[in-house]
Amino acid sequence: MSKKLTKHEYQYLVEKTMPTSRGLRNVLAAFFTGGLICAIGQVFLMGMKELGVDEETAYMLTTVIMIFLGALLTGLNIYDKIGKFGGAGASIPVTGFSNSIVSPAMEYKKEGYVMGVGARMFLIAGPVLVYGIFASVVAGLIYYLWVQAM
Amino acid sequence: MSTRTGKQTVVLSNPPVVIGGAAIVGKKEGDGPLARYFDQIIDDEYFGEKTFEKAESRLLRDTLAKTLEKCGKSAQDIDFIISGDLQNQCTAASYAFRDVQVSFIGIYGACSTMAESLALGAMLIDGGAAEMTACMTSSHFCSAERQFRYPLEFGSQRTPTSQWTVTGAGCILLGKQGNGPRITHVTCGAIIDMGIKDANNMGGAMAPAACDTILRHLQDTGRSLDYYDLVLTGDLGSFGRSILTRLLKDNGVDPEGRYEDCGCMIFDLERQDVVCGGSGCGCSATVLSAYILELMNQKKLNRVLLVATGALHSPTWIQQGESIPCIAHAVSLENIPE
Repeated sequence: MSKKLTKHEYQYLVEKTMPTSRGLRNVLAAFFTGGLICAIGQVFLMGMKELGVDEETAYMLTTVIMIFLGALLTGLNIYDKIGKFGGAGASIPVTGFSNSIVSPAMEYKKEGYVMGVGARMFLIAGPVLVYGIFASVVAGLIYYLWVQAM
Repeated sequence: MSTRTGKQTVVLSNPPVVIGGAAIVGKKEGDGPLARYFDQIIDDEYFGEKTFEKAESRLLRDTLAKTLEKCGKSAQDIDFIISGDLQNQCTAASYAFRDVQVSFIGIYGACSTMAESLALGAMLIDGGAAEMTACMTSSHFCSAERQFRYPLEFGSQRTPTSQWTVTGAGCILLGKQGNGPRITHVTCGAIIDMGIKDANNMGGAMAPAACDTILRHLQDTGRSLDYYDLVLTGDLGSFGRSILTRLLKDNGVDPEGRYEDCGCMIFDLERQDVVCGGSGCGCSATVLSAYILELMNQKKLNRVLLVATGALHSPTWIQQGESIPCIAHAVSLENIPE
């Protein structure tokens, strides 16, 4: 090339000119999608309490129902569209976690139930589980030491 | 006999002829602006097969059959099939042609594969090693997503520079003799890496490779860009296209009015939700084999420079923190008056 930009100059040019995310639109979509999912969960929770289910069981059942709904909507090819619209608002709630496990399970079924579904099911959720469990161990340890010190 | 001119360009002294071509595409491409030029539009993303990988192989096989049918040739007339794709180990092509019994050259040039196969096919013919070659490639949205990105049903948002992998295969039959546009020059690009690490910004990563090859081609041949009716990049998309235009202008070459990108042509960017446009090996392959070839045969275009670009990375290298090495190959297609 006759006139050469350095790598640094070129990367700057790309950064400066590339299209950017629609920030406000994405934030609002995430807010309403996440809010709606949580509101649905809240309806189940209050409904069960109303029916006389004890609080601890109601919380647990609500989580189970939401995970089921996330999996169902993934299987019906709907959750990817919700995710595309709502972004983090759809992936942060437990329905999104469910989607992240069911979608690779569906995708890799063709490679068999062991090396496909079994091995790849936690392709996306794996890191969340690993670091989530690790963080909870660390938090538990700190709590234990705190209690001992008191 | 082929001769070399300049640093990277090969002049084909008996320019091989484009005998014919065919393209088969998926449903989304069939909803796009070029729909009527494609030979077949497949509504089923599985193409009657059990997996996306097999569907892509079937695309290649059927596209070759369609091309041979259109040209009135049989597989035994072909000396080489030169093909590649985006699947691991280029398997869509290998499985597609396992029963054909024709010399097979499997290549990987990512999305530059069509230009690479045309360049190789033309040099083989001009060098006397073949009478006829089938130059082809394919991509499939679903198999490419599996290869490079997330599961299809995973709910995620596409970044503003991302592109949509074309489902389709294109094939061009090159011969020593016949009527049709001829391949007069090929410029095989060098690998250019400007340090872009975002695998969702292929246009930005590949534009410098296209710029380098175009400038090299012009310098080697002594031509100006005005020589061509159309300079056609493979799949830079809308962002890559704007960056390339700027890079060329900075080098004193104004491409306005004679530059198009297949990725921006195959889909309607406003209507079809493809963000920056089409990508994948099938993008330039189908647009060239169907639309551009038709315009050249009608003499609406007489000199076309195809510059197909490819990003030569893998998810493993990107996860290891490396940037994206890119390439662009240029093939000069010309209607030569008898």
